[in-house]
Amino acid sequence: MAGRPKTILSRIAQALPVVVGVVIVTFLLTRALPGDPAVYFAGPSADQNSIAEVRAALGLDKPLPEQFILYVGQLLHGDLGQSISTGQPVAVELARRLPASLELTLLALLLSCSVAVPLGVLAATRPGSWVDHLCRVLVTAGVSLPTFFTGLALIYLFYYLLGLAPTPIGRLDFLYLEPERVTGFFLIDAALAGDWETWLGALRQIILPAITLGLFTLAPISRITRASMLQALSSDYVRTARAAGLTGRTVVYRYAFQNALLPVLTTLGMVFSFSLGANVLVEKVFAWPGIGSYAVDALVVSDYAAVQGFVLAMALLFVALNLAIDIAYTLVDPRIGFEKR
Amino acid sequence: MTDLAVDRPAPRPSALRHVAYVLRSNPLTLIAFLLLALLLVAALFGPAIAPYDPYASDAPAALQPPSWSHWFGTDNLGRDVFSRVLVASRLDLAISVSAVALSFVMGSVLGAAAGYWGGWTDRLTSRMLDTIMAFPLFVLAMGIVSALGNTVENVVYATAIINVPFYARLVRAEVNIRREAGFALAARLSGNADWRVLALHIFPNALPPMMVQVSLNLGWAILNAAGLSFIGLGVRPPTAEWGIMVAEGANYIVSGEWWMAVFPGAALMLAVFTFNLLGDGLRDMVDPRLRT
Repeated sequence: MAGRPKTILSRIAQALPVVVGVVIVTFLLTRALPGDPAVYFAGPSADQNSIAEVRAALGLDKPLPEQFILYVGQLLHGDLGQSISTGQPVAVELARRLPASLELTLLALLLSCSVAVPLGVLAATRPGSWVDHLCRVLVTAGVSLPTFFTGLALIYLFYYLLGLAPTPIGRLDFLYLEPERVTGFFLIDAALAGDWETWLGALRQIILPAITLGLFTLAPISRITRASMLQALSSDYVRTARAAGLTGRTVVYRYAFQNALLPVLTTLGMVFSFSLGANVLVEKVFAWPGIGSYAVDALVVSDYAAVQGFVLAMALLFVALNLAIDIAYTLVDPRIGFEKR
Repeated sequence: MTDLAVDRPAPRPSALRHVAYVLRSNPLTLIAFLLLALLLVAALFGPAIAPYDPYASDAPAALQPPSWSHWFGTDNLGRDVFSRVLVASRLDLAISVSAVALSFVMGSVLGAAAGYWGGWTDRLTSRMLDTIMAFPLFVLAMGIVSALGNTVENVVYATAIINVPFYARLVRAEVNIRREAGFALAARLSGNADWRVLALHIFPNALPPMMVQVSLNLGWAILNAAGLSFIGLGVRPPTAEWGIMVAEGANYIVSGEWWMAVFPGAALMLAVFTFNLLGDGLRDMVDPRLRT
């Protein structure tokens, strides 16, 4: 037990070089802009003098290591630069839009886990049955699905043909007022305010994009659940438990399932990375006002500060999530140590 | 790559029989090879067999649903969707194949060096790869393309860079376990230079698992490139490319003109599905224990 805080601390220490690496890469990406950024930021009507002024103002006349220190200093103050297209600080915009993306991603993961985990368990406990075949088809077909295409297909089916879904624009129909902002998650905020009509409206908007994203993550989760369940079921302790005369139910759920969950937890980190990427595409399809669609809009008008801020924010989010998963892992299973990799 | 298992000089007389056995027990792999042939035909001869000029607009024939004269219908400019889907296969395959080839080469060099020499080379390489993996990969690709400039070549580079870690780690592991193997020591003792031992004696052992990775990766690279062009990076209109065609069709799906987006999307799915099936099949042949 005494080793646990030490394990967690060493895991946090391991994350630091990664964060440094992420910041260096993002810095290099900002400085690799095509052409001279000073000319770009100075605008089309700039002359030689104003370009030099902008260059000095941006610190671009200094050597690269010094620029890097300046950049890190700005980051530590939470300054990601100004967006050219909206005129707002990038950090403010990202913070305002982040809850929308997180709400979508988390609901999608929740949906896909609640389908994929039972599916994987059933497929592993009944090899060769129709559940097993269904699982295999889903796994192969699922990774072949382009998210943006699934989204469009769902819109066509549920909006155009069946008329069940609302117009795919944004988080809430114009009919409703946004709930008072507490967490930024509309479903939670509306529930807190007791406004169930708005809650239903928000749910109707989020359900299609969440299913789209969920379908994308279904395949890897059910694949790993099935594989790790199969491994757990063929292990010695399960054989011993069976030999000791425990019921099939107890063996499967108390012994095999709990041990099989650990690899699933690890895979969730990888799946989360994929969903953050796929999020961008889903947000574009459903006009979802999250940070992904912000980045896409910024890309179209070559708003580099916004794009790089987005890339950095996503990477830091991902590092933090992996850290959280690993720490949760040590809490669940004390055997895990991170010293030897 | 496609006929890897068939043409490789058989290490044991049973190798061919093993391939035949795997193909028989999993007919999906056979289907995958057939689909691959179909894709290759479309990519090689697409422009020649397309019934219409994929870039010729024909305003009076705009937005027609699929019919005998236009199998996949026509788009908002009256261009034949079937011809465009067919012609696009060359560009899509070219992007993903060159991206995967690039990451294969970069990953092999980095991974082999790290696995063979260890020490600082290994630590530096591993740190670099960890940093790449610390980004959500699609997001990193977006960042790279936006920084390097919005061109097709940069989409290829970005896709290659985000795939390098997978190859490098694989090669590193394969090289590392064989570094001190008897045959490697023998090759070194008989006077071969380090790079020769590495390239000609150790590295070839990593090729079978690499081929599986290549096949699985190709599908992923196609998806990645199509996703990038869907959000407006890389390929630009009026070029025929599956991702951008879906993006163009997206505006018409809410008014019911489904064929503009569905057919290129289906082609995309078919291509990815083919490479994934192929990868699974190759894995069964290379290492049946890895089957999940």
